[in-house]
Amino acid sequence: MPLVDALNEAERVMVFCNACRYCEGFCAVFPAMELRRTFCEQDLNYLANLCHNCRDCFYACQYAPPHEFALNIPKALAELRMNTYLKFCWPPFLAGVFRRNGLVVSLTTAISVMIIFLLTLFLRGPAKVFSTYIGENAFYNVIPYAGIVLPVLVLGCLILTSLLIGVYNFWRETGGKLSQLGNLRANKTAMGDALRLKYLEGGGYGCNYPSDRFSMVRRWLHHFVFYGFMLCFASTTVAAIYQHFVHWSAPYPFLSWPVILGTAGGVALSIGTGGLLYLKFRMDSIPASSQALGMDVSFLVLLFLTSLTGFMLMVFRETSAMGTLLAIHLGFAAGLFITMPYGKFIHTIYLYAALIKNAIEQSR
Amino acid sequence: MGIDIPGSLKDFAIEYKRAMQDCKQIQTDVLVIGGGNAALCAAMTAREAGAAVLMLESAPKVFRGGNSRHTRNVRYVHEHANDHLTGPYLQEEFWDDLLQVTEGQTNEQLAQYTIRESKNVGIWMTRHGCHFQPSMKGTLHLARTNAFFLGGGKALMNAYYATAYRLGVEIFYETEVKDLEIFDGKFTSASVVSQGSRQKVKAKAVVIASGGFQANIEWLKEYWGESANNFIIRGSPYDTGRMLQVLLAQGAKPVGDPRQCHALAVDARAPKFDGGIVTRLDSIPFGIVINKHAKRFYDEGENYWSKRYAIWGRLVAHQPDQIAHSIIDSKSINLFMPSVFPPIEANSISELAVKLGLDPLVLEKTVFTFNSSIHLGTFDPAVLDDCSTEKLDPPKCHWARPINTPPFYGYTLRPGITFTYLGVTVNDKSQVIMQDDAPVPNIFAAGEIMAGNILGKGYLAGLGMTIGTVFGRIAGKEAARYAIG
Repeated sequence: MPLVDALNEAERVMVFCNACRYCEGFCAVFPAMELRRTFCEQDLNYLANLCHNCRDCFYACQYAPPHEFALNIPKALAELRMNTYLKFCWPPFLAGVFRRNGLVVSLTTAISVMIIFLLTLFLRGPAKVFSTYIGENAFYNVIPYAGIVLPVLVLGCLILTSLLIGVYNFWRETGGKLSQLGNLRANKTAMGDALRLKYLEGGGYGCNYPSDRFSMVRRWLHHFVFYGFMLCFASTTVAAIYQHFVHWSAPYPFLSWPVILGTAGGVALSIGTGGLLYLKFRMDSIPASSQALGMDVSFLVLLFLTSLTGFMLMVFRETSAMGTLLAIHLGFAAGLFITMPYGKFIHTIYLYAALIKNAIEQSR
Repeated sequence: MGIDIPGSLKDFAIEYKRAMQDCKQIQTDVLVIGGGNAALCAAMTAREAGAAVLMLESAPKVFRGGNSRHTRNVRYVHEHANDHLTGPYLQEEFWDDLLQVTEGQTNEQLAQYTIRESKNVGIWMTRHGCHFQPSMKGTLHLARTNAFFLGGGKALMNAYYATAYRLGVEIFYETEVKDLEIFDGKFTSASVVSQGSRQKVKAKAVVIASGGFQANIEWLKEYWGESANNFIIRGSPYDTGRMLQVLLAQGAKPVGDPRQCHALAVDARAPKFDGGIVTRLDSIPFGIVINKHAKRFYDEGENYWSKRYAIWGRLVAHQPDQIAHSIIDSKSINLFMPSVFPPIEANSISELAVKLGLDPLVLEKTVFTFNSSIHLGTFDPAVLDDCSTEKLDPPKCHWARPINTPPFYGYTLRPGITFTYLGVTVNDKSQVIMQDDAPVPNIFAAGEIMAGNILGKGYLAGLGMTIGTVFGRIAGKEAARYAIG
C-alpha cells in the first residue's frame, strides 16, 4: 500500500477509535491516541510503531469488517509501519528491500552461505575443510580467526551505523527532540515495558492469537526469541573474552559458559521462532498485513535456521562434517546480521524508540 | 422387522416420515431466543444447572450479541472498592439513582429485587470470562459505580460465547424464531427459520431475550408516525421485536410506554443502523442547538452532560423533520470528545447557515439574541458554572458563552435510538405475566424485552447490562428448574 493510502487509512481508523475509546485498556496506542484530537503524519508514524500487533482491539471492535466502518486497526497500523520502515531506512536506496523482504532476505542468506562455503573450500582446499579436528582452535583450522572477526567487525560497524541513523530518522519523523531520546527516566520505563513485553499482555490477558481468544502464548514465545537471542549474544561475548583476554580458543567444552549459554539460547530461540511461525500459519489472516508476512516469516525462519545450524555444529564438531557445518552456520549468521537493518529485526529498535516517546508523553 | 404392516398404514408411515423430514424437529430442555448479554447469561446458567440448552441468534456470527456488542459497562451493588471499581456503591444509593432518572416510573418491587440481585455480580461475570479494566481516563466519571469491560461489549460477548460453547450450549446463528406455540397456558414449541428452511423446536421451557423493537421502523411508526423514518438506530439491525410482537399477540401483559426509549442526539451522517457509540456528539452544552428554522428550543446547559445527553434524542425527535444543529465557535471545539465526522466549518454565522441549509438572517438573529442575553461569569466545564442567559426563552443555565469567535462549527443532529422500553411484564422469577395477571410457568423473559418493568423513563448508564445479567441469570435458573426439576 502506498504511503499516502496507508496514512489516510491509519488516520481514518484513529479518528473512529478516538471517538470510541473502548480499547484503551489493551495497550499504549489508545492512551497515546487520546492525547490527540487530530493525527498528522508524525503522530501516525509514532502510533504505528507503538502498536505491538496483539490484535485484541480487532476482535473487540464493534466496527470490524464486515461492519460498514470496516475498522481493521492492526492491519492499518501494520501497513503504515511497513511504510515507515521504508521511510526511515538508511542508506535510503536500500529502502526497496522492505518491499520484497522475504525474497531479499532469503537470497541474501543463500548467497552468504554459498560464498562462505565456496570461499572456504577454494581458499583452504577440500582436504582441510572435510577433515576432523579435535581440541582447541578446531574451527580456525577451517576458517582462520581473522577471517571470522574482521568481516564481523566491518559488518557490525555498518549495521550499527544504519540502525542508529534509522532511530534518528524515526525520532525526527515522529516529532521528537534528539535530546529527549536519552531521557533516563523514559528509558527506564521503556526498558521495563520492552523487557516485560507489557503491551503483549493486552491489559492482563494476552494477545488474540491465533484467533479471537486471549492467550499469553505469543508473549511467551516472543520472550523465548528475545531472551534466546540475548543468551546467544552473551555466549558470543563470553567466548570473545576467553579468546582475547584468557587466550583460550574455541571450541569450548560442553560444560563451559559459551556452550551452556549458547545452547540455552539456541533452544529458546528454536522454541520461540518455531512457535511464532506456527502461530503465523494458524492465525486469522483478516487482521494481518499481507505485505508484512514475507518479512516476518523470513526473519523467523532465519533465526530458526541460525540456531539449528549452531546446534548441529556443536553436536558434530568432532566429525569431518564440522568444516561444512561451520561454513553454513556462519553463512546463516551473516545473512541474519547483514539484513538486520533491512528486515523484521528493525521493529525492536523503532518499537523501543516509540516506547521512550510514550513514556515521555505519559509522564507529562 | 418381522411385523407385517398393512399397506395403507405403511404408506402413512412413509408419508409421516417425509413430513417429519420436511419439518425437522429439534428437542431441547431450555430454548433461549436471542444472542446478547441476557440470552447468554440465561443459557450459561441453565446449562450449568444441568439442562440441555439451545440458543438461537438471528444475527450472523460476525454480528452476534445484539445491542450488548455496543455496550461498555455494567452497574452493580458492591460494598468495597476493587481493582476496577474505585469505591463502594450500596443498594440505597443505586435505588436513589434509579428513582431519580425514572421519576418513579418503575416497579419498585422488581427494581429493588434487581438491585439486590446485582450485588457483586461482577464476580460471576469474571468467572464466566468477563475481563474488567481498571478505571481510566475515559471512564472516570463512572469509575465508582460502573465496572468497565476491557475492550467493551463485543469483547465481553466473545468471552461469553466461548464460555457457553465450553459449557455445551448449542448455538445456531442466522436462526430467527417466527412464532411461539402456547398450548393450555404453556409454551410447547417455537417455529424457526434457519437458513431458509422452517423448523420446529420443542422445549420444556423458553427464555426470550431477543431485545426491543427499535430496529423495526414500521413498528416505531405506529407510535411516532412518519417521524420514525428520520430516526437513526444506534444498535443492532436484528432487533426487530418479533418475539415481543408474538408475546403481546398471545396475550402477554405489556409494560412501558411504547414511545419511551433511550435516545440521544447523533450525527446526522451516522449510518441508519449499528453506528454504536462513535456517532454521538458531545458538543451540545458548549453552544446552542437550533432546529431547521434556526430557532433554539431547549436549554443546552440545563445540567451536567452525563445527566442530560440521553434526553436529546427525544428533543430532536420532536422538532420539525426530526433535525437539529449544534452550533459552537472555535473557543469550544476542543472541549468535548472528538467526533467521527468533521464539523461543518465557516468563517461567519451566515456562511455556516448556508452550509447547513438554514436561513442566514434567522440564524444571525438567533445567535445575536443569544449572545446579547448572556450574563458572563467564570466559565468552567467541570462544574455547573455561572455563565447563563438572562431573559431568554428557552434559557441556557450554564456554560453560556457568546458564539463570536470564528471559525464557527456546526453539526447536524438526528435522534439516535438505542432501545425501546415497551416490553412484557414479568415477575421475580422472570416469568412472563399474561393479561389475567397469571404468569406462564415456562416462558421467561430477560433483557431489553422486559427492561421496561424497571425502567419506565430515563436511563442510568450501565443499567441495561444490570437488568440483562440479573434477569438472564434468574430466567436461566428458573427455566432449568422447570425443565429438569
